[in-house]
Amino acid sequence: MPEPILNIRGLEKTYKGGVKALDGVDLTINRGEIFALLGPNGAGKTTLIGSVCGLVRPTGGKIEVFGQDLATSWKNVRRQIGLVPQELSFDMFDKVIRQVRYSRGMFGSAPDEARIEEVLRSLSLWDKRNAAIRELSGGMKRRVMIAKALAHDPQLLFLDEPTAGVDVELRRDMWRQIDMLRDRGVTIILTTHYIEEAEEMADRVGVIAKGRILLVDDKDAIMAKLGRTEAHFTIDSPLAELPAPLTGYPVHLEEGGTSLVYRGGDGTGKGKREVAELAQLLTREGIAFSGLETQESTLEDIFVDLLHEPVETAA
Amino acid sequence: MTFNARGTYAIFKNELMRMFRTIFGSILSPVITTSLYLVVFGAAMGDRMDLGGVNYGAFIVPGLLMLTLLSESTSNASFGIYMPKFTGAIYELLSAPVGVAETLIGFVGAAAVKSLILAAIILGTAALIVDYSIAHPILALGYIVLVAASFSLLGFIIGLWADGFEKLQIIPLLVLMPLTFLGGTFYPISALEGPWQYVAMVNPVVYLVSGLRWTFLGESDFPIMLSFGATLGFLLICIAVIGWIFKTGWRLRE
Repeated sequence: MPEPILNIRGLEKTYKGGVKALDGVDLTINRGEIFALLGPNGAGKTTLIGSVCGLVRPTGGKIEVFGQDLATSWKNVRRQIGLVPQELSFDMFDKVIRQVRYSRGMFGSAPDEARIEEVLRSLSLWDKRNAAIRELSGGMKRRVMIAKALAHDPQLLFLDEPTAGVDVELRRDMWRQIDMLRDRGVTIILTTHYIEEAEEMADRVGVIAKGRILLVDDKDAIMAKLGRTEAHFTIDSPLAELPAPLTGYPVHLEEGGTSLVYRGGDGTGKGKREVAELAQLLTREGIAFSGLETQESTLEDIFVDLLHEPVETAA
Repeated sequence: MTFNARGTYAIFKNELMRMFRTIFGSILSPVITTSLYLVVFGAAMGDRMDLGGVNYGAFIVPGLLMLTLLSESTSNASFGIYMPKFTGAIYELLSAPVGVAETLIGFVGAAAVKSLILAAIILGTAALIVDYSIAHPILALGYIVLVAASFSLLGFIIGLWADGFEKLQIIPLLVLMPLTFLGGTFYPISALEGPWQYVAMVNPVVYLVSGLRWTFLGESDFPIMLSFGATLGFLLICIAVIGWIFKTGWRLRE
């Protein structure tokens, strides 16, 4: 039974000047899950995170974290929340270990050198603990940001575009770190532009655009609901019409009958099975084909489709 | 909601360590500048000044101390809160379980403590250059603490208000410095010609210098309670302004 850890209802934020960044957002996050929030630039992802973390003052709605109202119990709640913002933001002249200790203290946790060492070692920062942050590479600086966010052992961690602008190797390294955090029971909400990241990491995915949540569901359920397979058979002799055995499948003819196009499936493998059946049927009917191209839709295709055809769903 | 003592200490320690990382600019520079004033105006020219029996070097010590206290308290506190804003590191403060009290005690407390350390060094250095004594040491300490806290609060407000390095310097350099120089640092207000005495009374720093001078010399241009009351009032106004800033999120959560 999923245990809600974050419950957002009717959240609104209108900035000075009238820009509506959040427009009635409803969202529930369960303990222990990794939730990916996808959306284009300006969709409201960072404003949503900022509203929960205290960086942004919402203009409407209610946020409950760990069952407590954020508006009244913000001090208790924030002790258990960690945030890794998009930008590399810290005192560049300070030492790594001092900045991590500072973060732990600021969130009200007692000094614990063993825990600080554990965090730094887990992020391969222990050897750099006495280095000034400005001397580190971009990737290492991003790790320092994560170390600072983890220093007080948060139960709920927000990662705002954690791998934006980092190379592939570091991105995969970050994913490993996130996996380790999941194993420790930390609930993670990450925003990302990289669909691959959501496919790789998330248990559930939410799509936000223009301040509204368009879709929230299990990653696999989204694929099953909206995923599809596309196949193109190149027919040797043009067909005037679809052969009768094929009419039960989602197929049609293109390019003067020389191309048989299949669009179907549900992201669970059904599409691949039907394409194989079609190939057998064509052979059985004596229809020669010289080529077959298949393509599975990705979360990215679904994401793009959603942005063009908004779907209204509840969280 | 419980007070986050660890968070307060973390901010306080971090700020103090930051200041000591830049020890030349934070400590040595103001000490050297003040010492030069004392050497030039106190030791070298002091004998030529007639202040009715009061040694001129001893006369300017509280004024110079006030000059340093005002500028250093203001600039330390303003820089302390402006830098996280500038680098973006303010996100951590805003997302942490710290409120107005923790933030003020952490940032303003550190700036004020640094000013007090600086004041102690300046007084020690001054003792090597000019002959002075403190008539009311306990009151002097209390007054220095009050001034350091008040102007650290002002600095904190400036740091929140500033959206560029230039603005950080405007009030310390273009307002506080001239007012302090014209506020009786180097001369008694009674030495001014008739109408200029009334003009000087509009300058709020006059009352600060006068108050500190009273604790050192036992006499000054204005009653000590007037100076003390004005300083305390200023401190309360600063706290009220900062409370409003945190309540509305002005320049913090916009």
